[in-house]
Amino acid sequence: MELTLWTYEGPPHVGAMRIAASMEGVHYVLHAPQGDTYADLLFTMIERRDRRPPVTYTTFQARDLGGDTAELVKRSITDAVERFAPEALLVGESCTAELIQDQPGALAAGMGFGDLPIVNLELPAYSKKENWGAAETLYQLVRSLLKPQLPPPGTPKPDPSRWRAEGRRPRVNLLGPSLLGFRCRDDVREITQLLASYGIDVAVVAPLGARPADLRRIPSADANVNLYPEVAATLCSWLERQFGMPCTATVPIGIGATVAFLRELHGLLGLELPAELVAAADGVCAAERRSRLPWYSRSVDSTYLTGKRVFIFGDATHAMAAARIASRELGFQVVGLGSYSRELAREVRAAAQELGLEALISDDYLAVEAAIAEAAPELVLGTQMERHSAKRLGIPCAVISTPLHVQDVPARTAPQMGWEGANVIFDSWVHPLMMGLEEHLIGMFRHDFEFVDGHRSHLGDGAPTQTSAQPAELAWSRDGEAELAKIPFFVRGKVRRNTEAFARERGLAVIDSEALYDAKAHFSR
Amino acid sequence: MATTVAPELPPTLRESGQREVFCGLTSIVWLHRRMPDAFFLVVGSRTCAHLIQSAAGVMIFAEPRFGTAILGERDLAGLADANDELDRLVAQLLERRPEIRTLFLVGSCPSEVIKLDLAKAAERLNRQHGGQVRVLNYSGSGIETTFTQGEDGALQALIPLMPRSEELQLLIVGTLADAVEDRLVALFQKLGIERVASLPPRRSTELPSVGPGTQLLLAQPFLSGTARALINRGAELIRAPYPFGVEGSQAWMAAAAAACGIAPQAVAEVLDPLVERGRRALAPLRETLAGQRLFLLPDSQLEIPLARFLSRECGMELVEVGTPYLDRQLMAEELALLPPGTQISEGQHVDNQLARVHAARPDLVVCGLGLANPLEAEGMATKWSIELVFSPIHGIDQAADLAELFARPLRRRAALSFA
Repeated sequence: MELTLWTYEGPPHVGAMRIAASMEGVHYVLHAPQGDTYADLLFTMIERRDRRPPVTYTTFQARDLGGDTAELVKRSITDAVERFAPEALLVGESCTAELIQDQPGALAAGMGFGDLPIVNLELPAYSKKENWGAAETLYQLVRSLLKPQLPPPGTPKPDPSRWRAEGRRPRVNLLGPSLLGFRCRDDVREITQLLASYGIDVAVVAPLGARPADLRRIPSADANVNLYPEVAATLCSWLERQFGMPCTATVPIGIGATVAFLRELHGLLGLELPAELVAAADGVCAAERRSRLPWYSRSVDSTYLTGKRVFIFGDATHAMAAARIASRELGFQVVGLGSYSRELAREVRAAAQELGLEALISDDYLAVEAAIAEAAPELVLGTQMERHSAKRLGIPCAVISTPLHVQDVPARTAPQMGWEGANVIFDSWVHPLMMGLEEHLIGMFRHDFEFVDGHRSHLGDGAPTQTSAQPAELAWSRDGEAELAKIPFFVRGKVRRNTEAFARERGLAVIDSEALYDAKAHFSR
Repeated sequence: MATTVAPELPPTLRESGQREVFCGLTSIVWLHRRMPDAFFLVVGSRTCAHLIQSAAGVMIFAEPRFGTAILGERDLAGLADANDELDRLVAQLLERRPEIRTLFLVGSCPSEVIKLDLAKAAERLNRQHGGQVRVLNYSGSGIETTFTQGEDGALQALIPLMPRSEELQLLIVGTLADAVEDRLVALFQKLGIERVASLPPRRSTELPSVGPGTQLLLAQPFLSGTARALINRGAELIRAPYPFGVEGSQAWMAAAAAACGIAPQAVAEVLDPLVERGRRALAPLRETLAGQRLFLLPDSQLEIPLARFLSRECGMELVEVGTPYLDRQLMAEELALLPPGTQISEGQHVDNQLARVHAARPDLVVCGLGLANPLEAEGMATKWSIELVFSPIHGIDQAADLAELFARPLRRRAALSFA
């Protein structure tokens, strides 16, 4: 038993719903009590879907338990098949139904639906979570649809560069994008364009937008792109084992990762590496100019980003990508890295170790908040929950990962992956921070109550407030007054007050120009 | 209150099939706000935790006053372990949250199915933590309760702790927004009713008394079990429509006043000006709502009183009034006020019901969050039923606000134009 006030991931059957709802022509019969129908709102409210997820719930009640709940399951399955005429049927149970052991999947298999592919989902609700459930469902569904195509043992692996001999462009599958995933809709569009610009076609995108018939075409591609390992890793490794399909290991979030991804994919497909993907003598690779991030990061305005302390928490894929971008591409100092994705804990730990950190693997948001407070970062990159924690702590935050909030499904196209994804990341991480010259001034005068408050209003109520200096009997020397007069009028009053506060703190009776510069040195960093 | 006439209603449509309703756990969302010194610990699964946070959209609390003790595989293997685990977890919780005065152990679908006896657990925990906190239990499980019925369970858990008193008093039962409660209590006192108490109270430890002198006034229509238990403790149930709209609220207050022996003349003096003002406030909203066709899907159990208000005072046409279950006794006064021919449906077969919605193409559908956007996408305006349990909608002064909740989606549709 575990005390949970809030959870990053739902139960595994919600992961299965994500797969079903992402696809066309799939229906999911879920043996579950009425309360479990809440999950529909995740799709219709958060994702603003214009239709109900394709899920039939048996909604059994206490009074059914004495009778024949198995009969109820069968009736629900029959109704669903008749009403929705699915091309593939998922059958499973939620936590409560798991306890009454009606085995709906086995029941469905024996109901004589002929050719209708039926996938019996057994998702242990008391030990697994949402992402695992999504990964398992996608894998089970593809496996059951591809069964007739399984190559006999001993079949040689297909050559990933066979496209050349077949006189066509190379093609890959994009695996893992799903509803309730972070910016999947826009990532698919971005990566499809990116690959097209290198002459690579996309064969199947799954599960998002796919039909069962599309899943059957998966082996026709030359390689798989594991776009979201949380959802697609199980499937990708099965396809590699059973169909000999090679698979990318790099997730193209950030400039370095996008370039590494393209190089990796060119290698897998036996494609000649274009010159723009080859690093020049100075280490710069021409392709990075397709994004504005590298130049924006090098431009003088970004100097103030140097060494910004940043704390990162999210799903494993986005947290690890963020750590790489933050440390290498924006010049931040990563002071904390963690994830709630236990399945990928090893990878996150390794990424943290590279940065000299110990990864925080936890699904306790209060432990994450405590770690943030302890690390005292200047920016938090996290989930919507870390956004709230950061607000309480008065720290700016950008959201980089699920669990999804309605704000994470923007109207505009805002990918995380590829060149445009890097642009989006630059904007969305840097805007919460104070900008350039503005920050320089605030840094100098940050102990001034009004100044700080006025400029940090985006931090909300949680922003730290500081008391302003009390007026006091301090004398200004003539050169002190003269120096003060050189300061632009709109901040002069504030400089005066800060300098006086500094002087009082130091026990100075007279403020001369030296004291003013000392104060400036003290308040700046 | 006049005796109830048999309403000229067609036979109720009874349906069974897939229900699209929250479970009783959802009521924790408003109960914990009402009693800030109480903590609601659901003993259940990750699904329970996910349901509450999704339904409530809770990401705003540092530490919410509700949580879930998530059962693991080990707890399922042996109930002895589960009890030990629960004790450990409660001790841990109380250590971290010493301000908790009442701890509700809330049963869920899985805890009911494995027959984890939370009443025994509460007894045991009371022995362990007696003095610091009171431990109570009730079930919010979806196999036994829908949505608002969770409050019925929580209040029933409090009733045995209510002190006995034969003093004459008016007891308002059902969670009200604090501001609305203040207003209603002030009005009752103005009417000459001196002792007015509320269940649930604002502080979980300050429970009202109950006994033969108690006049029981239900503010919410979903408290069947609570009403029965209070009647068993000697309270007398006031029969009235529910305090939604000008008419319902007036009748509700008048019935309470009559039960407390206040002369009708005195009641009229206080309420008539309010009624007049309330009707004036409603008038512009009636313009938006009159003639619009309304379909209520079963969800909050408020559907019948709302249908009565929206048809009689706002001029809406009722296509179908769904209710998760029909308590004919507690709804008698409401049913009597429904326009003849109103089709009531009890229970749900969501696909069949949506087919009727599609066929009827109403102007406004009252439904749960899961169905709202799909119906909007088909061109029908919707009102989420969950907002009705979070908003201050009770009483004469709130009648216009209540109507506004239904008028806004229609006005919005009319206000939008593209290209």
